[in-house]
Amino acid sequence: MNRNIKIKAGVIVAVILVCIYGIIGVPKSKDELIANWKKNIHLGLDLSGGTQLVMEVQVQDAFKAFADTTIERLKDELKKDNIDYSDINRNDPSTLQDADKIEVDIKGVPLAKTSALRTAINESYGEWNLLAVNSTEYKLTMKPTEALKLKQDTMTQTMGTIERKINGLGLAESSVQPTGRSDAEADLLIQLPGVDDSAHVKQVLQTQAVLEWDEVKDGPFPTKEEALSKHGGIMPLNTKLVPTLPRDGQQAWYLVARSPIVRGTDIRDAHAAQGEMNRWETGFVLTQDAAKRFARYTEANIGNRAAIVVDGQVISAPTIQSRISDTGRITGASTQEEAADLALNLRAGSLPASMVILEERTVGPSLGADSIKEGFRAGTAGLIAVIGFMLFYYRRSGINATLALVLNAVILIAALSYFDATLTLPGIAGCILTIGMAVDSNVLIFERIREELRAGKAVVAAVDAGFSKAFLTIIDTHVTTVVSCAFLFIFGTGPVKGFAVTLVIGLIANLFTAVFVSKTIFDFELSGKQQVTALSI
Amino acid sequence: MSKGLNAGAAIGYMELFGTTNYDFLGKKWPFIILSLILTAAGLVSLGLKGGPRYGIDFRGGALVTVTFSQRPPVDKVRAALEGKLPQVEVQEERAYPNDIIGTDVRDDAALQSARQTIIDSLTVAFGQPANGKYNLNASGVDSLAEHLRDPLQAASVPMTDQSLHDLAKNIIDYRTNHSGLIKNLDELSSVPGVTPPVMNVLKQATYPEPFAVIKTEVVGPKIGAELQRKAILAVLYALGGMLVYIAFRFEWIYGAAAVIAVFHDTIITIGLFSLFNKEISLTVVAALLTLVGYSMNDTIVTFDRIRENLKILRREALEPLVNRSVNQTLSRTVLTSGLTLLTALALFLFGGQVLNGFSFALVCGIIVGTYSSVFVASPILIFWHNFLEGRKGPVVAAPVPVKPSAAKSGGTPASARRGTAKVK
Repeated sequence: MNRNIKIKAGVIVAVILVCIYGIIGVPKSKDELIANWKKNIHLGLDLSGGTQLVMEVQVQDAFKAFADTTIERLKDELKKDNIDYSDINRNDPSTLQDADKIEVDIKGVPLAKTSALRTAINESYGEWNLLAVNSTEYKLTMKPTEALKLKQDTMTQTMGTIERKINGLGLAESSVQPTGRSDAEADLLIQLPGVDDSAHVKQVLQTQAVLEWDEVKDGPFPTKEEALSKHGGIMPLNTKLVPTLPRDGQQAWYLVARSPIVRGTDIRDAHAAQGEMNRWETGFVLTQDAAKRFARYTEANIGNRAAIVVDGQVISAPTIQSRISDTGRITGASTQEEAADLALNLRAGSLPASMVILEERTVGPSLGADSIKEGFRAGTAGLIAVIGFMLFYYRRSGINATLALVLNAVILIAALSYFDATLTLPGIAGCILTIGMAVDSNVLIFERIREELRAGKAVVAAVDAGFSKAFLTIIDTHVTTVVSCAFLFIFGTGPVKGFAVTLVIGLIANLFTAVFVSKTIFDFELSGKQQVTALSI
Repeated sequence: MSKGLNAGAAIGYMELFGTTNYDFLGKKWPFIILSLILTAAGLVSLGLKGGPRYGIDFRGGALVTVTFSQRPPVDKVRAALEGKLPQVEVQEERAYPNDIIGTDVRDDAALQSARQTIIDSLTVAFGQPANGKYNLNASGVDSLAEHLRDPLQAASVPMTDQSLHDLAKNIIDYRTNHSGLIKNLDELSSVPGVTPPVMNVLKQATYPEPFAVIKTEVVGPKIGAELQRKAILAVLYALGGMLVYIAFRFEWIYGAAAVIAVFHDTIITIGLFSLFNKEISLTVVAALLTLVGYSMNDTIVTFDRIRENLKILRREALEPLVNRSVNQTLSRTVLTSGLTLLTALALFLFGGQVLNGFSFALVCGIIVGTYSSVFVASPILIFWHNFLEGRKGPVVAAPVPVKPSAAKSGGTPASARRGTAKVK
């Protein structure tokens, strides 16, 4: 045999082996074969079952919180510096786009204190720009670089918290990533394979889990109005009214201190456990600093009540019975799940901003399994039809085409495995379409060979001419489809991207199989014989 | 089928089209009229129905697919949902006992609760009374394990954590392999781990709701608008890219002819979607885009041949030359398109509901695309050439060899020689 052909054949065998390894590894048993297959071929959510969420982080919440903190600090600082003011307040940006239009208004500053105010702002409030509205009124707006930084920090923190929540729920294969819409980069794509009951997960993810212990001043009251009327219609200084968690349709109101004793951010760890009377509760551990504060407070307030407020609702208001320093319990959960969720959310940290669900897609695993079956059915039908035709129309050369086609499919699947690409349902359709487009190359070559034979060339020369003349046309036809797929990949979402990827890989692999491999098979067939007068094509 | 010509080598093969000589371009008018009729029919349908029927990807809304153990008639399902949600549509799937319930709710907050509202309404109308039991058809593995833990303990059935988890997994796997629905608890006796005492516990603590949600799609209005934008951009970019590529490989008029042909295909395909009342989803747009690339193939093959013949057959008039080129590539064109069509048909017939729109687009697009390469793209070349000829008038000059691969326009002075084919 020709040395050239031996080398080419060697290359082809090597490629086959590498591909097979990529798909099923080196299995020692049938079970291992199936396990390797499952590990290497990564199925998309529409085939494996699972949930996909696109959430928009309401960054403006973080901006508002930052403005609130700034206002609190300002009030203390201005008092310390003896700068009078009549009111400090902020506006209320309610949408994502308005987030960086946050403003803090300072009213009633006497003229004499203007420069003192400027100094104070420049020294400690570097994130803001001070503007004078008139002689006694000033406006703080956020510097653009600082606004961008806050937005990015909020996104990073939100992603981290969500990751911790997801891990806490035991969803190992899930992922969170930022996803871009054109004008806003505040979207998160959350993929949860295997989760087909998304209600619980969504609830946990969306719980902001802002926790505070507030000193109870008065309560419980059955309605807000009653609470107010008891205090003469206005709330006492530094207090706020907080509702309880509605249970069985009932809700009560507590009057609590505005500033919390300790916060959720002071918690180091939290776990659910069964306490007295087998009721579920959430145990927590505070950080050292917070523990000292809490110890001081509880020691001085035995017999008083402290409300535990989560996301603006009182979940319980127990009486302080003894000094609590670093460990404690939160009771009031009605199921184990409730206690466990609270523990999980406390460990994960609070979300700096709320989130709105823009898109949710859930596919049950049964539907995924059915889709895979249908895909295989269509693929088999297509493959049989195409191979059948090639054998019928091109006779023995049809076998050549079939071998190239099978290798094409193998390379395609192996490439998906090596690139860690996700196989989606449109991806399977892409594989099937590749079969149809792959044979096109063979047809182009074979038709050209027939033409050359018709024109009188000898067999070997005709085969050579067929391959070389058809090559450019094959490249042309592949380029146009690949370019289309490139745009599909750029503009498409998950499943559509999967389709584009499989089609492109299939076509590139086709260049190898239809030209190199087919030619080598022909060469091999024609090499041993002295005088070839006929070709079954 | 004709026997191939034997010259030199003995072949003897069968051929679909031997050396044909149909006068495609002479008879172009009936086909152009056919194109216009099809396009008009599509546009009329689109006009009457108020535009294409967008799928949930573009419109926004909620779609819930529910499978029933005994499928109730569609009207009953509609009645159950009436009034609870605006604009509820119920569609039955062909191959499976699934109903697809869609609502056009656009408000973000309302969308979130839409799924639950649908489930609640269906539970009221078709559900079994729960009696404090746990619904087997709506649980995941972990949640089922948790709910079985206490009852199993109460019934003194010994169970380690691992075997509890395995039991739950086996039950859920059984459910997955039976289209997502357990119809009767007795079915579970074949599941590994379900011994008679376990079965008793199952019957006491759980029940199989006669329907289950197997798929949910909730798309908010922002995402819908975004996807629409992306889809249109993708199509425009792809068409532009094709134009540039072909203008680069051939001449710009070839590029324009190819793009017009592809545009014509796309409009007719969308029209067919409207005529057959099919939805245009994101995957359908993906199919259309693929077709843009693919139907360029036949066009390129034909243009390649035309260019080759222009090189060799300098003395021939353009129309007969293009005719000859088309005839020469006919076999190849029909075969390649036919084979791709075979696989697209396989997808359409066997590929299932989800890919239905996608494969329909492919089937229509391939047929129309092949047709347009022959009957639309080539005539445009001829029209343009005749137009140019008409403007320039008769000029006699010395023959200059045509170099079509040196592709820029500006042509040679003899480009308007009468009767000579030179489309620059």
